[in-house]
Amino acid sequence: MSVPRFWRRIHSLYRLEGTKCSKCGRLYFPERNRCVDCNTYDKEKFIFSGNGKIITYSWVYTPPKGFKGGIPYCLAIVELEEGPRLTTQIVAVEKKKVKIGMPVEFSFRKISAEGEEGVITYGFKFRPKGYPTNK
Amino acid sequence: MLMDTTKVGIVGFGVYIPRFRIKVEEIARIWGQPGEAVRKGLGVEEKSIPDMDEDTITISVEAARNAVKMAGILPEDIEAVYVGSESHPYAVKPSATIVSEAVGAAPITTAADLEFACKAGTAGVQMCLGLVKSGIINIGLAIGADCSQGRPGDALEYTASAGACALLIGMDNILVNIEHTESFTTDTPDFWRREGATYPSHGGRFTGEPAYFRHITNAAENIMQNTNTTPDDYDYVVFHEPNSKFPLATAKKLGFPKEKIVPSLAVRYIGNTYSASSMIGLAAVLDIAKPGDRILMVSYGSGSGSDAFIMNVEKGIVESRKGIPKVQEYINNKVYLDYSMYTKHRGKIKMN
Ligand SMILES: [Zn+2]
Repeated sequence: MSVPRFWRRIHSLYRLEGTKCSKCGRLYFPERNRCVDCNTYDKEKFIFSGNGKIITYSWVYTPPKGFKGGIPYCLAIVELEEGPRLTTQIVAVEKKKVKIGMPVEFSFRKISAEGEEGVITYGFKFRPKGYPTNK
Repeated sequence: MLMDTTKVGIVGFGVYIPRFRIKVEEIARIWGQPGEAVRKGLGVEEKSIPDMDEDTITISVEAARNAVKMAGILPEDIEAVYVGSESHPYAVKPSATIVSEAVGAAPITTAADLEFACKAGTAGVQMCLGLVKSGIINIGLAIGADCSQGRPGDALEYTASAGACALLIGMDNILVNIEHTESFTTDTPDFWRREGATYPSHGGRFTGEPAYFRHITNAAENIMQNTNTTPDDYDYVVFHEPNSKFPLATAKKLGFPKEKIVPSLAVRYIGNTYSASSMIGLAAVLDIAKPGDRILMVSYGSGSGSDAFIMNVEKGIVESRKGIPKVQEYINNKVYLDYSMYTKHRGKIKMN
């Protein structure tokens, strides 16, 4: 991810900030300028709770360049409790424990570091809900 | 001195401890040392290790989110963010900017990184106290966090660990009143890391008597003298925890019975979290303290200095701490690594 592209996404990566359509109330993550339901451009900022569940997942052994040090890791589609879905990494969990439908929550992690000298990108990943007791 | 009657203190606190552990005896095995003797000598069973995508910034954010949740404040009301650490991920580019953005304090806030070995976090607490007490800000966030590294095979490798503690300092709905603070600082070269060096160096035996013991003892004796108090006036005492041995010996020397310091000694199960060490010790006490309890806390940072605080636990703590992760819960949630997995986690394997 280029530095400007990362910088433009900081609010959504760091705080799960999306948008809410001012007219019909539909929620968007990531943010969207125009509501697909009612075509309006009127929107307000909406911060998602960070609670959700796993819709589907896969364990990655052959990662893209720069992610090799972390294999194996779990990549999943998570549905937020407010509705929108996102692709994310599931952390703080053992392989056998990940299941479809599993409740998860926001976790703040490093996403990538470009070599020894590049920018470090941070943002959301998800972990089993109720960390650290998982109750 | 109109402000002196204003109560200022902790309005929320939060910790974060990564879930990976390595046993002291496993590290000793690699270097052919007598594991049991090392473990008993230090009074440390195991230490925490961050996940591969965790660093000082991520664990600071996690601790701060817990503190904000406990305080029940709006993050945008935080007007100062200080991150004290000796393992800031960037040499130039403040951790505090990333933390304040992630927590939601930015942009109307001041932010800075602090460095003073293991007492950078409590230095931030003092700065927040000053800003709040003078009426410049309403709420400040002081964080002590480290993902510390010991040189492989060095004595520090047994204990250098990872953890974070965040304290929100304010004057409304105080959970812990901070009555008094003072410090003791000298130029003592017991521990250092030069610019660009990967691992810190230390003065071996020099780290004990003239460094740790002298500064903590002086700071504790001075603050008790200046407030006309004795060890009998305190329910708990918290000292910087590089191992269990040092704080236990200090408590004994100052006349505190063992049961007043033991509840703070998270170090036995998570190792030395450096800038977070005394603050996590404080949080462990605040997790169980009763309203009316009085606490003496003294941090220590090599170089050297100690910040001492006298605190009083208020009624509100009982309700506010419910549902917020406790130090003991983080300690209990653990996954053991052997030395080779530990090497992978610490990024010590050269990938190219
Ligand atoms: Zn709409």
